[in-house]
Amino acid sequence: MERPEQAFRSRELASRASTEIRRIAGRLSDTVRIMEVCGTHTVAIRRTGVRSLLPESIRLISGPGCPVCVTPSGFISNALHLIEDHAATIATFGDMVKVPDPEGRSLAEYLGTGKVQIVYSPQEVLQLARKIDGPLVFLGIGFETTIPTVASAFLRTREEGLRNLYLAAAFKTVPPALRALVSDPDCAIDAFLLPGHVSVVLGLEPYRFLAEEFHIPGVVGGFEPLDILLAILKIVRQLASGKAEIENAYPRAVRDGGNPVARRAIEELLEPESSLWRGLGRLEGSGLAIRPEMEELDAAKAFNLPELIDYDPPGCLCAKVIQGKALPPQCPLFGRRCTPDSPVGPCMVSSEGTCAAHLKYGDGAA
Amino acid sequence: MKNDGEPALITLEHGSGGALSSELVEKHIYPRFSNPAYPELTDATRFDISGELCMTTDSYTVDPIRFPGSDIGRLAIFGTCNDLAVAGARPKYLSVGLILEEGFPLADLDAVLDSMRRAAGEAQVSVVTGDTKVVPKGKGGGIYINTAGIGEHVAGSKLAPGAIRPGDSIIVSGPVGAHGIAVMAAREGLSVGSDIQSDCAFLFPACHALMALGAELRFMRDATRGGVAAVVGEAASAAGVGVELTEESFPIDGAVRTVAEILGLYPLEIANEGVFIAVVSEAETERALEILHGTREAAQAALVGTVTSEHPGTVVLETEIGGRRILDLPRGLLLPRIC
Amino acid sequence: MCLAVPLEITEVFENRTARVTSNGVDLEIDVSMIPDPAPGDFVIVHAGFAIEKLDSDAANETLDLFEELGSVDGET
Repeated sequence: MERPEQAFRSRELASRASTEIRRIAGRLSDTVRIMEVCGTHTVAIRRTGVRSLLPESIRLISGPGCPVCVTPSGFISNALHLIEDHAATIATFGDMVKVPDPEGRSLAEYLGTGKVQIVYSPQEVLQLARKIDGPLVFLGIGFETTIPTVASAFLRTREEGLRNLYLAAAFKTVPPALRALVSDPDCAIDAFLLPGHVSVVLGLEPYRFLAEEFHIPGVVGGFEPLDILLAILKIVRQLASGKAEIENAYPRAVRDGGNPVARRAIEELLEPESSLWRGLGRLEGSGLAIRPEMEELDAAKAFNLPELIDYDPPGCLCAKVIQGKALPPQCPLFGRRCTPDSPVGPCMVSSEGTCAAHLKYGDGAA
Repeated sequence: MKNDGEPALITLEHGSGGALSSELVEKHIYPRFSNPAYPELTDATRFDISGELCMTTDSYTVDPIRFPGSDIGRLAIFGTCNDLAVAGARPKYLSVGLILEEGFPLADLDAVLDSMRRAAGEAQVSVVTGDTKVVPKGKGGGIYINTAGIGEHVAGSKLAPGAIRPGDSIIVSGPVGAHGIAVMAAREGLSVGSDIQSDCAFLFPACHALMALGAELRFMRDATRGGVAAVVGEAASAAGVGVELTEESFPIDGAVRTVAEILGLYPLEIANEGVFIAVVSEAETERALEILHGTREAAQAALVGTVTSEHPGTVVLETEIGGRRILDLPRGLLLPRIC
Repeated sequence: MCLAVPLEITEVFENRTARVTSNGVDLEIDVSMIPDPAPGDFVIVHAGFAIEKLDSDAANETLDLFEELGSVDGET
């Protein structure tokens, strides 16, 4: 049987959507600036060739929805410190392995030694904890798509009788970042392509302020080519009509109310705290910390980890790039001193970072 | 083949040139590879070979040493043979250099050697000389293998990027993306991808069959690290030509495709050990495909693109949905993603 | 930050996990975030967890929106 997502890769339907987008965008007098919040959208748009089907008058700006990009690099220093000074084993998603700390070191140094275990799922962490002597610390990065999966696994540690498992929580939440972006007087974003899988968890409510307080349209989009094209079509239709609403272009996965069970898992383990975002600075309520009653799981407390500070490499324009205020080629380090093999700033570190994507896929027209 | 009273693990003494060293070679290594071309243990082996020769070498450090579908031993034989095959040579003789880590189990060594012997048999090559060293514990990955290979150049022409010209066809010999996933899933113990088998295969028969095209066969390269994206990109760069590829035309096994999507990987950038790219003239494209479809290793060969004089050095991919984007050279480690 | 794939449930187990499949790939995932998971359901899977059931009616409605766009000139 054909996989369900195959229908959302139809060349014919993509062509129709592209034609319609061009038609409507052609009637708009200005360049349309759409921020794709989510790094997975950044990659999907370029890797599938959707970018090349859009008119040049649509500017796609990559936003801060790249967990690797916005996590302060001191987080990696802390992880290395756990290995080297506390005999801990680190379990992590693959995304964090190549991220350099302020001194240029990374967890990749420990690949093959058993001290760094790459996992696909937080479920694997529970199994690892049973097999490992000594502390096992999981690097908790990600947004609301990932947070419930980690929370769900860690809520089971008591049930499973695991005593050597810890969570280094560096989670971030999307709505506060969006508010910070649109509250900036220099914000020049016309509309948001909202993250489809974060929205599976959150639903549409947390985005309403964009439309109601700031009159900026936001459309939740999925990740197949047709999903992205449909979301962009809905955006340009709103802009053409002067409307500003929050719409759901991914109804097969996103319910208006999101997934309350997933949100409950988050709330049981974690509570909001202020958090430092590379590029955006400290945002109130944009992070999640382990609740006091679960503090035996907290790596930061158990190992007295220093608080994360931001490190802004000289010359690096990432702060502006992440906010959509500068394009990668405008950064003097881009492609010269700062490359995917030796990244200077966060936007180049992750393969879904704005600068890495720009370098890999070009600016879209091929 | 292990005798009683023998240590079960490799020790530094095994590499020191003394009695234990000799025993290792005489009892474990040489018996597996002795053959008419390698009739006795000597420091250097003589053999007869004529005509133009090709020589290559490669080192194998794969971790883990065993993974679904293959192992380091088989890789070390086939990999070097394939490098000769795509250069237009029939592989004939190999040397084997082993670097063993102190503490490496002798039983594991025997298993690797058995695998190498079987692979050499399948490839009809003779291992004619070798060397063994032992490094202290912590200084090696269990076992590292270097193989150097010599082959007879049998292609009718010099296969090189310089022979590629606009209008030529790009052909892939088979389904892509399996090997890299198989190794990574095994190495990281991932809950996804453990059913994928490496595609490790000996490619000379298919390469040789294509050589019947003479100078209409321009260039071949096996798509190992970096996958087909790396091979095509490097060839385009070296030849100073552009390439247009069609994403849809690449054969990819359904399970590989699904696992790659789950882990955030892209099949065209994943390592293979049983796939090569061939560049042939436009006129001989159909015949090339017919030839390959008659071979076991390239039964699923497909036309995937064309060489162009536009955008020299750059590979452009026409995507499944009819869009276009640059296919860049892959960088860095293959790692699963959640983002 | 959201790599997730739709996969079909073939078997649901007692401990809030299920077997899912696609194209000959089988994995065991956590379905504790899904109310009443059942064999035959398609779920969106992220990091080994099902985060939502796929609504196939909604999927069809979405595809219908493209049909309404009509065909591109000169092609069907």
